[in-house]
Amino acid sequence: MSQEGANKSRRRFLTGAVSVVGGAGAAAVAVPFLAYWNPSATTRAAGAPVEVDTSTLEPGQRVDTSWRGQPVWVIRRSEKAIENLNELEPQLRDPNSDVESQQPAYARNIHRSIDPEFLVVVPICTHLGCIPSFMPQPGSLSADWLGGFFCPCHGSRFDMAGRVYSGVPAPTNLPIPPYRMAEDGLIVIGEDEEAA
Amino acid sequence: MKKTALALLLLLASGVAFGAGGYADLMKARVDVSDEASLQRGAALFTNLCISCHSAKYVRWNALPDALGVSMEMVEDNLIYGSYQEGNMMRAAMREADAERWFGAAAPDLSLTARSRGADWVYTYLNSFYRDPDASSGWNNTLLVNSSMPHVMWTLQGVPEAKFEEVGDEIQVAGIRVPEQQAGMLSEEEFHQATRDITNFMAFLAEPVRAKRQEIGVWVIGFLVIFTFLAYLLKREYWRDIH
Amino acid sequence: MSDATTTKATGGLLGWVDARFPLTKMWNEHIAEYYAPKNFNFWYYFGSLALIVLVNQLLTGIWLTMNYNPSAEGAFASVEYIMRDVEWGWLIRYMHSTGASAFFVVVYLHMFRALMYGSYQKPRELIWIFGMIIYLLLMAEAFMGYLLPWGQMSFWGAQVIISLFGAIPGVGEQLALWIRGDYNISGVTLNRFFALHVVALPLALVGLVVFHILALHEVGSNNPDGVDIKKNKDASGKPKDGIPFHPYYTVKDTFGLGVFLIFFAAVVFFAPEMGGLFLEPPNFEPANPLQTPEHIAPVWYFTAFYSVLRAVPDKFGGVVLMGLAIFMLFLLPWIDRGKVRSIRYRGLGHKIALGLFAAAFVILSYLGLKAPSDIIVGLTVTLWAQIWTAVYFGFFVFLYVYTAFGFERTKPVPERVTD
Repeated sequence: MSQEGANKSRRRFLTGAVSVVGGAGAAAVAVPFLAYWNPSATTRAAGAPVEVDTSTLEPGQRVDTSWRGQPVWVIRRSEKAIENLNELEPQLRDPNSDVESQQPAYARNIHRSIDPEFLVVVPICTHLGCIPSFMPQPGSLSADWLGGFFCPCHGSRFDMAGRVYSGVPAPTNLPIPPYRMAEDGLIVIGEDEEAA
Repeated sequence: MKKTALALLLLLASGVAFGAGGYADLMKARVDVSDEASLQRGAALFTNLCISCHSAKYVRWNALPDALGVSMEMVEDNLIYGSYQEGNMMRAAMREADAERWFGAAAPDLSLTARSRGADWVYTYLNSFYRDPDASSGWNNTLLVNSSMPHVMWTLQGVPEAKFEEVGDEIQVAGIRVPEQQAGMLSEEEFHQATRDITNFMAFLAEPVRAKRQEIGVWVIGFLVIFTFLAYLLKREYWRDIH
Repeated sequence: MSDATTTKATGGLLGWVDARFPLTKMWNEHIAEYYAPKNFNFWYYFGSLALIVLVNQLLTGIWLTMNYNPSAEGAFASVEYIMRDVEWGWLIRYMHSTGASAFFVVVYLHMFRALMYGSYQKPRELIWIFGMIIYLLLMAEAFMGYLLPWGQMSFWGAQVIISLFGAIPGVGEQLALWIRGDYNISGVTLNRFFALHVVALPLALVGLVVFHILALHEVGSNNPDGVDIKKNKDASGKPKDGIPFHPYYTVKDTFGLGVFLIFFAAVVFFAPEMGGLFLEPPNFEPANPLQTPEHIAPVWYFTAFYSVLRAVPDKFGGVVLMGLAIFMLFLLPWIDRGKVRSIRYRGLGHKIALGLFAAAFVILSYLGLKAPSDIIVGLTVTLWAQIWTAVYFGFFVFLYVYTAFGFERTKPVPERVTD
């Protein structure tokens, strides 16, 4: 056994080639193992759009549903509540929904909805994931409260469009899921509004 | 020692060949799950004839478009009878309780039949019905004797009659034939093709990934051959020190 | 930081680690400066391959548990869920099911190597014993794993094997009941088998593999000549016929791994059922306690012992003989009294006997797949099984008599390895 006759550069080259090809193989094998963690066909099927019938919903009322395992609230705002939205601007952290990830483009407006009357919102506090209490009655939280959402965990407050107040722990507005208004008061959650 | 090794491998290989046996005298289905046209015809027949009683409850309707080479809309319009919700499984139209009342037992789920019985068995079974006035359904089957399943394809095949012969004390079916005056819509050859298409579709149901895994396998083995060749060169290079 | 004569790296991160953990020391002891005989042949690939298959089983097994549901109601459906709905689930599952069979292929060839070259003989008795315990655990692991898909063969295979314990006089029925935890095999049995299959047995297996390798590296590897390479050392104290495991055997085993993976991938992608041997057709039907499949055969790697069991007309006698068939292997280092290790230099009688023994194992495996009443070349499977069971046990009797009473005529063993 002696390495005197060894062709060092050939050895280095072949070692490199086997390492690179072997490494590529190992990386390719990792793909199925990683992809295995993606939502399965069953999960994706369970994440199919859900329909909510709002034809019998009175102003100030709310229907609860869930989409992709998350709660979704559909709220019909009263006229007074819609008016109030305009007055709150100075007290809010992101009144114009500048954080784009929190809503689809068609809900980037003051009332954060397609139809000003109907709010479709995922009631999960953007602070640490608690579900806020729905308090639509003005004055129900404090004397100057104009109605909205209050998170009991750490006191974050949101208005009737899910917009976060300044000076609370929650960093952004409540998320709005993709949805579209279908005929006969039907709201389809999980499907985007086509060409608004 | 090399001879011993070779003999061992040969013996193992022969074991594989023998171990695969099971039913004798089955017709050869020769399935090909990459044959999209055959799968499409098979799917049409299956959804027309089979799924009213049999489910394929592990199969999702939306697994079909890829394998059949059609769009989901085409599947929804042509293959699914009744309402469809995204992600639905291939459920039977008949309820299990009804099936038990009418046929004595719920029709077996067909998701995996082509694997548990084998494709050749399915193909042979579909070609083994004959008219039997004594049976409650009016039909019998030479492969699965006294099967409670009626011959749902008789309009296609015609009405097959069995020829009996005595073997010892028993009377056995010697052969099945469709008399000319009882012919169906399809010729014998066409009926074989139709049943082969159904079998092919059921082979797909049993393992939807089958065509894809073979496709991937070619690449994987190609890659491994290159890797092994390089590893061989590397080994030979280092072992120059020793030899 | 650390002494340059014991470790190559003296500074940097490696030096820091080496001062606190024997990383370089272990690498040298077991890989870079482990001197293995230079004449390893084809049969010496299977040890490292067994290790690779073990890693494959552990990884794919962990991944499968992520979506598997260990309950009588959900097990079968969850396996189909993995096969159909989970991304790449089919590949992970086929890798695991093929890996199970590959494990036994590799282990059987590895064991046959030990038989040929006398690797169980002094001073390697303990390596052999650890290996045999690994083999036993592997059988338990495979048996329990086979119940998990909850198909017809899972259920009825477990039924047959567990009722073997019922054959033990006196306590048998109680024992079988205790193993099942129910009056019949049920979700209760499935749950405890799941726990053992995914946690307890793999832990024990990995531990024993470490012992197996430590024991091997303590006494050094045997070789096809059965020569003790430590007898001939050069001035620096290295065996003249030894070469460092790294790089020589690491590159050689890498090549072996490539060849093995080609076969492995061929099965996974083109024949995952292997003609009904690796995945049995009736197992694609959910377990049904009310209906036995027409023909029950264990998976191929158990069928040799199953044949021995069926060769005996008495239930308890069959169980005892089957147990003995495995136990005899444990005793091998003490049954074989020969002084020569390798088959190359042993008597003709031993060569023939070992050939017959290997043939007996393969033929018994084949017979175990057949129904007892099948006729092969004029004789029933049962009769054939009896003949070859006699050959199987005859090997051990012959080996003892042949070696203990001086019948064996050996050839001279060379001083140094030959190629």
